Parts: sequence; C-alpha cells; structure tokens
Amino acid sequence: MNSSIQQFWARQRDREAITGYLFMAPTMIVAGVFLILPVVFAVILSFYQVQLLGEVSFRFLGLKNFIRMFSDERVWIALKNTAEYALIVVPVQTILALTLALILNSQIRGKHWFRIIFFLPTVTSSAVLTLIFMWIYNSNGLLNTILSFLGLPSYNWLGDPAVALKGIMIMNIWSTAPLFMVIYLAALQDIPESLYEAATLDGASQWEKLWYITLPFLQPVTFFVVVMGMIGTFQLFDQSYIFSAGSGGPNNSTLTIVLLIYQYAFKSLDMGYALALTLVLALILITVTFVQRKVFGEERLGD
Amino acid sequence: MKNFHWTTGFLYGVLILYAVITILPFAWALSASFKPLAEIAAGGANLIPQTFTWENYRTIFLQEPLFGRWLLNSTIAAISITLFNLLFNSMAGYALARISFPGNQVWFWIILAALMIPGQVTLLPKFLILKSLGWLNTYMGLIAPATVNATFIFMMRQFFINFPKELEEAAALDGLGRFETFFRVVLPLAKPALAAQTIFVFMAAWNEFLMPLVIMANPEMFTLPVGLNAFKGQYISYWNYIMAASMIFTLPALAIYAFFNRYFIQGLSFTGGKNG
Repeated sequence: MNSSIQQFWARQRDREAITGYLFMAPTMIVAGVFLILPVVFAVILSFYQVQLLGEVSFRFLGLKNFIRMFSDERVWIALKNTAEYALIVVPVQTILALTLALILNSQIRGKHWFRIIFFLPTVTSSAVLTLIFMWIYNSNGLLNTILSFLGLPSYNWLGDPAVALKGIMIMNIWSTAPLFMVIYLAALQDIPESLYEAATLDGASQWEKLWYITLPFLQPVTFFVVVMGMIGTFQLFDQSYIFSAGSGGPNNSTLTIVLLIYQYAFKSLDMGYALALTLVLALILITVTFVQRKVFGEERLGD
Repeated sequence: MKNFHWTTGFLYGVLILYAVITILPFAWALSASFKPLAEIAAGGANLIPQTFTWENYRTIFLQEPLFGRWLLNSTIAAISITLFNLLFNSMAGYALARISFPGNQVWFWIILAALMIPGQVTLLPKFLILKSLGWLNTYMGLIAPATVNATFIFMMRQFFINFPKELEEAAALDGLGRFETFFRVVLPLAKPALAAQTIFVFMAAWNEFLMPLVIMANPEMFTLPVGLNAFKGQYISYWNYIMAASMIFTLPALAIYAFFNRYFIQGLSFTGGKNG
C-alpha cells in the first residue's frame, strides 16, 4: 500500500519532469545550437586560424590572434571612434531623454500624442533612417538648405572625415533618446507623491523639488540608461556600414568595432582573428554590464 | 501660479519643436518619394511636391523585379519569427515558472546569462554552424536561430510567476492536462504580455540588418534592409527611388506600431525596469 503510493508520486514526478522538458524542448534545442555552442566555438576558434574558402580548415595559433591586435592600427582607430562616439552620444541622449520625460510628466495636455510622435524614429529601421539622413546630409540636402538659410556655412557631411561620424551621432541621439525617455517616464511614476507634498509644505520651489527629490530618485535609472547607451554605442554597425558602403570611410572615420569584425570575417575571410576581436568586444560589453549589475542591479534582480 | 502659464507655454514650445524635428525627416522623405528626380536635384525645401507623381513607386515595383521578392522575404521571416517566439518563449517561460523538472534552475541561469551575451558575439560562430548545416542563403538559416529570445523567456517567466495558481488548479480539477491548461487557460490570459512581445519581436526581425547581410549571398534571398542597401548602391543618386523604397519598407512597421502602441510602451517600461 505504502509502496504503491510512493509509486504513484514517483510517476507523477516523472510525468511532471517530462512535461517540463517538452515545454522547454524548443528553447533547449535552439539555444543549444545557436547560443551555447556558438559561445563555446567563439572562445575556442579565436585561438585558431580559420580558413573559410572551400573546405573549412583550422590551424592552431595560440595567442597570435590576440597579440596581432596590438599592432593593428585599425583596431585602435575603431576603439577610438567608438570611445569618441560614446563620450558624446551617451550624455547628450541621456539628458535629452530626461528633459523630454520631465516635460511629458508635467500637467500637459496631448502627452499621449507627443509620445507617439517622438517614438517614430525608434520604431523605424536603422537602414531606412540612415538612408533618409544620408539624403538630408547630401550636399544640396535639407540640412545644408536650413544652414544656409540661417546664414551658417554648409558642410560636406558625408565626405569629410571630420564630420562624417558626427552625422551618425546626431542621427543616433535622435533615434535613441525617445526609448530612454519612456524608461524615465515609467520611473517617474514610481516616485511617491507624498514626497512632493511634504516638500511643498516645507515651501520648496519647483527647482528644489527637481534637484532634491526627482533627480536623486532617478539616479539608478540614469545609471541604467547610461550603461545601456554605452552598450548600444559599442554595438554600432548598421549606420556606419550603410553610410560608408561597408568601408568605414571616409578615411576610417566611421569605422566601428563591429564593422571591423565584419570586414575581417567576410572581406578578408580571416574568421579566427575576427573571432578574437569579437571576444574582446564581448569582454568590454560584459564588463560594462557587470559593473551595472554590481552598482545598481543586484537588489532589483530578485523580484 | 501666474508665471505657471508662462512656463507651460515654454514647455509646449519645447515639445512642439522636438515633434517637428522628429517628423520633418519623415515628411521630407515621404514628399521626395512623390517627386520626380529633376525636382529633387534642383534642391529647395518644399514639402509639397510641385509635380506629384506615383512613378517612383511604379518603377521600384516594376523595373526592379527583386524589390517584391525582398518584401516577401522580409514578410515571411518576420511573421514566422514572431509566431515561433510567441509560442516557444511562452512555453519556456511557463516551464521555468511553474513546472518542476530536473535542470529547471540551471536553465533559468542559462537564460539570465544569455541576456548578457550580445548578438554580435555569436554572429560568426552562428555563421559557421549555419554553413555546416547547409542553411546559408535559406529561410531556415534566417528564421531558426531567431525562434527563441532570452529577454522574452525571462519576461514571460516573471509574468507566469505572478499568475494566479487557482485558475490552473481549477483547470486541473476539470481534468485538463498541462498542455490543454496552458493553451486554453493560461495563454489566452497572457494577451498583454504576448502583444508586447509581438511588437518587439516583429520590429526587431523586420528591421534586422546584420544577420541577413551575413547569411544571404543571393540577391533573391535578401530581406528588405539588405536589399535597400544594395538598391542604394545601384541607384546611387536616384533619391526619388530610394525614398519610395524606404517608405514602403517603413509602412508595415508603422502599422504594427500604431496598432500595438499601448503595449509597446508598457512592454518598454516593463523591460526597462526589470532589466535593471
């Protein structure tokens, strides 16, 4: 009798386990083949020279791929471009997103419509945005028309190495800021109204409330937005690829790390070296994410 | 309270200015798609075409035989990827939240770790794996790797953890098995979460550039973003055609966004808060 109850529960447990595996099966297969296996591959193959033409062949190189990076001028250019890009884009888009969110959070009518409009660039594909902006930056395009109307000098936005990257920056700030604006808007809803009421009783001005209540409250979200912004800038590819027709030009001014990886893998067919570069990129991104989790993520992860 | 009006006016000014800055590039592109090339080349900032023409749209569909094909490829890929994601992510999220099976915790940590791995890291090995499977240049190659998504598995798990257990227990008392309960009781009640997922996954798949660029070598197999880039190379200064093609490409994404807009913002706030 006792053993038949045990058997019954064991059967139930087995049934439950089988059901669990059936539910997980698609994820286990797809993640196994296209996520876990690739990560393992990436780590192993970065120590190899991978010949892609004809039969794929491998030759062990040890650390040579990694050592090669130090003397590779284009790696340094890509890193420098990305750093410059992040240093300008991340603060500007964060401040813009915060400002827009603060304004939209005040007693303003039609905020729903503004939100829908602001979001247009975020939902439009990067390929289309880049084409539209290339055309606006064109020598007789909209931007130069406006600049000359205002009596300002016009630029050769696409062809001048000094401004090409700035053109991409402007476009990216414009298309990314609304995304972070929504995250700020959500966070603003979480600030307890009682804090403002108490401050009002103490005679605090609007600015004081912003400075002493709102901004400190938003600090973790700001950190999140900055980190996500940085990760985004390190992943930049589509825009510079389309802008420069894959070259990273003019004069390497729009060369990004991912574009460089793409070029080594599919133009030079140097897959092993490209994978080694990928690992360096991954290391940078994981460090940034890890720092984010350490500084502000842990207490939120559990819920 | 008197200077409040003044501030409000200023704030509206900022919002309207930003709205104009947002809309102008789109309006400009849309108007160009209806202008003949001569009018575009002449410059000028008129938003309303002097000569209104459908010729650009006619040309890209009739003279450029591949354009329709790219549209079809993008549609097939984006729709299948979305449907698979809705099904697979929900199933995995449900299993992780509700079913006890050996390895449950391990898989949860794998999913969490996967959230941190950027797509670019797995791009090249994925290319090699697809190559050895013989899936380069195929729909399989484009769709299969994108059928699950760690972010949304995690999101669905959080959703199902908060889901009232009583409903499932009632279904079990009615003699429904796990699968029936899941498909007939649980999933229909998860509609808001599924709607948010639909819009994010569809948008991402529709707009994806790097993956199809890497795995599709035949122009017939290009998706729209890659095709559009090739198109630009071919019609380098025919901005009228390029803008018409861009508008066709933007329309479906805009329609989806307009339709699901509410869930989009909800989903964003949700993932925004949770990812942190």
